[in-house]
Amino acid sequence: MTIMEKMKNLDYGSAMESDKEALAWIAKFGGKFDHYIGGKWVKPKGGKYLDATNPATTEKLATFAKGNAADIDAAVKAAGSAKGKWAALSGHSRAKYLYALARLLQKHSRLFAVLETLDNGKPIRESRDADVPLAARHFYHHAGWAQLSTKAFDDYEPYGVVGQIIPWNFPLLMLAWKIAPALAAGNVVVLKPAEYTSLSALLFAEICSEAGLPDGVVNIVTGLGAEAGEALIQHKDVKKIAFTGSTNIGRHIRTVTANTDKGLSLELGGKSPFIVYDDADIDAAVEGVVNAIFFNQGEVCCAGSRLLLQEPIAERFLTKLRTRLDKFIVGNPMDKNVDMGAIVDPVQHKRINDLLRLGVDEGATMWQSGCEIPKVGSYVKPTIFTDVSPTDAIVQDEIFGPVLVVMTFRTNAEAEALANNTKYGLSASVWSENVNQCLDIAPKIKAGVVWVNSTNQFDAAVGFGGYRESGYGREGGMEGMHEYLKPKYYAELKKLVEPKAKNVGEYAKSDNVDRTPKLYIGGKQARPDNGHSLPVVDAAGEIIAEVPHGSRKDIRNAVQAAAKAKGWAGTTAHLKAQILYYIAENLDIRKAEFANRIASVTNSTMAEANAEVEQSVSRLFTYAAWADKYDGKVHNPPTRAVAIAMNEAIGVVGISCPNEAPLLGFISLVAPAIAMGNTVVAIASETAPLLATDFYQILETSDLPAGVLNIITGPKDELTKTLAEHDEVDAIWYFGAVDGCTMVKAASVHNLKQVWTNEGKAYPWHDANIAEGETFLRKATQVKNIWVPYGV
Amino acid sequence: MSNIKRNEIMAFEPDWLTDIRVNKSATEARCATYGTRRAVKKDHQKAWLLHAIGNIDLTTLSGDDTADRVKRLCAKAKRPVRTETLKALGALDAKITTGAVCVYHHFVVTAVAALKGTGIPVAAVSTGFPHGLSPMETKLREIELSVEAGAKEIDIVISRHLVLAGDWQTLYDEIVAYRQACGEAHLKTILATGELGTLTNVAKASMVCMMAGADFIKTSTGKESVNATLPISLTMVRMIRDYHERTGFKIGYKPAGGISDAKTCLVYLSLMREELGKDWMQPELFRFGASSLLNDIERQLEHGVTGRYSASYRHPMA
Repeated sequence: MTIMEKMKNLDYGSAMESDKEALAWIAKFGGKFDHYIGGKWVKPKGGKYLDATNPATTEKLATFAKGNAADIDAAVKAAGSAKGKWAALSGHSRAKYLYALARLLQKHSRLFAVLETLDNGKPIRESRDADVPLAARHFYHHAGWAQLSTKAFDDYEPYGVVGQIIPWNFPLLMLAWKIAPALAAGNVVVLKPAEYTSLSALLFAEICSEAGLPDGVVNIVTGLGAEAGEALIQHKDVKKIAFTGSTNIGRHIRTVTANTDKGLSLELGGKSPFIVYDDADIDAAVEGVVNAIFFNQGEVCCAGSRLLLQEPIAERFLTKLRTRLDKFIVGNPMDKNVDMGAIVDPVQHKRINDLLRLGVDEGATMWQSGCEIPKVGSYVKPTIFTDVSPTDAIVQDEIFGPVLVVMTFRTNAEAEALANNTKYGLSASVWSENVNQCLDIAPKIKAGVVWVNSTNQFDAAVGFGGYRESGYGREGGMEGMHEYLKPKYYAELKKLVEPKAKNVGEYAKSDNVDRTPKLYIGGKQARPDNGHSLPVVDAAGEIIAEVPHGSRKDIRNAVQAAAKAKGWAGTTAHLKAQILYYIAENLDIRKAEFANRIASVTNSTMAEANAEVEQSVSRLFTYAAWADKYDGKVHNPPTRAVAIAMNEAIGVVGISCPNEAPLLGFISLVAPAIAMGNTVVAIASETAPLLATDFYQILETSDLPAGVLNIITGPKDELTKTLAEHDEVDAIWYFGAVDGCTMVKAASVHNLKQVWTNEGKAYPWHDANIAEGETFLRKATQVKNIWVPYGV
Repeated sequence: MSNIKRNEIMAFEPDWLTDIRVNKSATEARCATYGTRRAVKKDHQKAWLLHAIGNIDLTTLSGDDTADRVKRLCAKAKRPVRTETLKALGALDAKITTGAVCVYHHFVVTAVAALKGTGIPVAAVSTGFPHGLSPMETKLREIELSVEAGAKEIDIVISRHLVLAGDWQTLYDEIVAYRQACGEAHLKTILATGELGTLTNVAKASMVCMMAGADFIKTSTGKESVNATLPISLTMVRMIRDYHERTGFKIGYKPAGGISDAKTCLVYLSLMREELGKDWMQPELFRFGASSLLNDIERQLEHGVTGRYSASYRHPMA
């Protein structure tokens, strides 16, 4: 075509990025990559290799090692021998390494970008402008945390060897999100990249050597999830697992690691709402949708895949969106002009197409962009489903492709309800030019990140992570650092030795009027559903009372009451503080009675019992004090926006209280949970439940709203299991024997509730340095980041 | 303007303004992607740059303009690219000229004479350019005189104080009067966007101008401290799209001031193509108000032909 002809049609033509340097880099390795273990390239023990394929062209790029358990073991050993020295380095020394890695990422930025695009299929524009710069930014930010770590995390220490498994959608960026904080905190790493996309991790391995990173600090083992990944999560010397990927695999990891004390953070799937109100900038919101669900071919865990439109604008919005998508260019991702590249692998391509068929079969109306797609390679056109409802699978299930479902809403309340009608809770976008509207809905959406008038914003300083089945833990910011640190006192805790169960003797003689301790549910005393009671014995073995034999039904009722009371989170911090002070005041009035009770049902001396009550009063004061002081942050990401990091209540927290310290243990766990706005179902000390049942009389005189704290007595582990399995419970805390800890973790998998246990250790409840403070508050909250761009 | 139906004076519809919402951050975010989502390389780039010359309103608007200076400008407008470059591009027959020549009223006669027989229209800035604060009678008379002198396009400036006061009705009335004064000549309304305070005001003023019969909406006089920017352009272009959806009329867009290099000009062309389509890349619906852009385009074209980077002094000046 002549230039004059080109002047007539004014098309863009193609603008291909060169693959020369990337192919030369692959050729340097003879097209065959080994594991990176202990700073060296190590052949796979099984001698097998897998193919790396370019999904845009179906051409083979290279082969890489197929790791097995022996390779993982070698990597964990290499990491283990590096961990002491690495952790002992000064923060500044670690900072220099992280800084060097950031610099090297930038120095080789185009090579990383091209390699990523060849291996993954994402547009070169995105790997160049998003993946690589964000990865470098992550290392810079965490070089800073390493520098500050000596003072900022003085009371914490690293886990040691950390196992990290990353997904194929943002291979290098997810590697950065994993490795940067782990190293900054002083951990050493064994990382397994996704089998579809291993190459950028191997290039990263090379720059680790270039940066002079000590051997063994970063180890990369490639291979299959079911083989290398499985070996990594099962390895006994791996002390923490960080995983990003599907919710089902997340569940599997939680199950497999249940009988260990491994730390665990999970960043899982999503089906995020994208809400457009009728007072939004409609054109801007249309572009927002483009970036929400058609970024990275929709292979984004936080993709805005459920479009919720306010009825008055729905039709106009969709017309504009379709017009926009008809202009899309889908094609070879190495072309700088494509809006969307290739789906990562034929397997995922088929999965998306199967879901498209399912959508049509379910009766939805499917619209696809009029754009052309290449004949060869895994491509999907931008797709919109209308005429859908929450009953459709395509509305509920994560598709992980360029597929949008659209529903309408009438009111803000309905927008909130639809937005939250999902098992996931990763992110949300909210579009309105009314600041009141935006800041009203943002806290109401159950998601770790809310973008106001924007979408898919990321920054290393702003934590990212989910609610509900989108996982737990955060990546980025201070909260992300804490995922790779544990309090130093953990190591000092001794194994919990519970006193032997006392023989149940005779009924104690008493002239007092008979008292019937009850369950405390929804602000009322309640008899157990099954009508049974259990004897409570004193130190001498005499039966001094009978408490309700709580059962599944009582747990159900208590959780229902707690769920109904969630408005507690929205009460003012001042009011929460006032109520906690009032509880303390009322306990203080009756301290002699409580001390006598402690002395009578435990082996405590009267002095110890008095001390326990006084410490309980003090602990209530502590959390009353914290209630209006454990504030969030305002981050300044490198764009004209603020990111408001709110410490939000988790929701309904189930607390299985320790048997020992029956009052102080109970207060130490319940008080921080309530202070942070959670509602609680507490299972009382099994051996000394009367302290909890006595306590509800104090609650009744302390203005605590009904349902905020519910108390159940009975067989601890049986009740805890029901609580841990309950899908309406958002977090479960267990303090007891190690078997119970394992049971709780395994039972938590269905809704992936957050789990905190004592790992079978004895907490010194009397020691305020350990048994109160920010560790507890962190467990009682989750960070939500609300991005608010501004400007007129 | 052969195939484009000319805008008409519509009734004033205040409702069309009340729905307008512009989010600045999101607008900027979109603008940041024109240059990254779309690239025009090699022969396509040469074709686009040659085409872009036809989009230029080659402009001189200085207090020290003289007839000879204007004649030189017109000479450049007629032969904007060196013959050897055109030959190398295979575009000798492309009849490349600038879209128009834009001058003060005083030089309309000079320019019309200099451009006689070329088909290149003369545009006159008018209505008390650049401030727009002359008496209404004077402003209308200025338009009439320029049209009589042969100007085919009249670039008027709007009364910014009416925008800032939210007096959309009066603004509408003024522009209707300008349109009537223009007769057959095309009306280009300069919003002086740098003085309107917010993007929302830019959007509303755009809509009022179109309702009042503007053929083009234009960003700036070149005299404000902020001239054409991508976010302002996207805001105005989106209003053109809305107006087209409402009325079926296609209104032209003219960013002016600050667009001085070939790369930026390609980004603007991409913006027009993405937001409005190819019709809006044509001179009938898209102009750059620029004086130094042409020289940079020539340099890039020469580089495209020879592979050597060019110097500006090698290209005949305007």
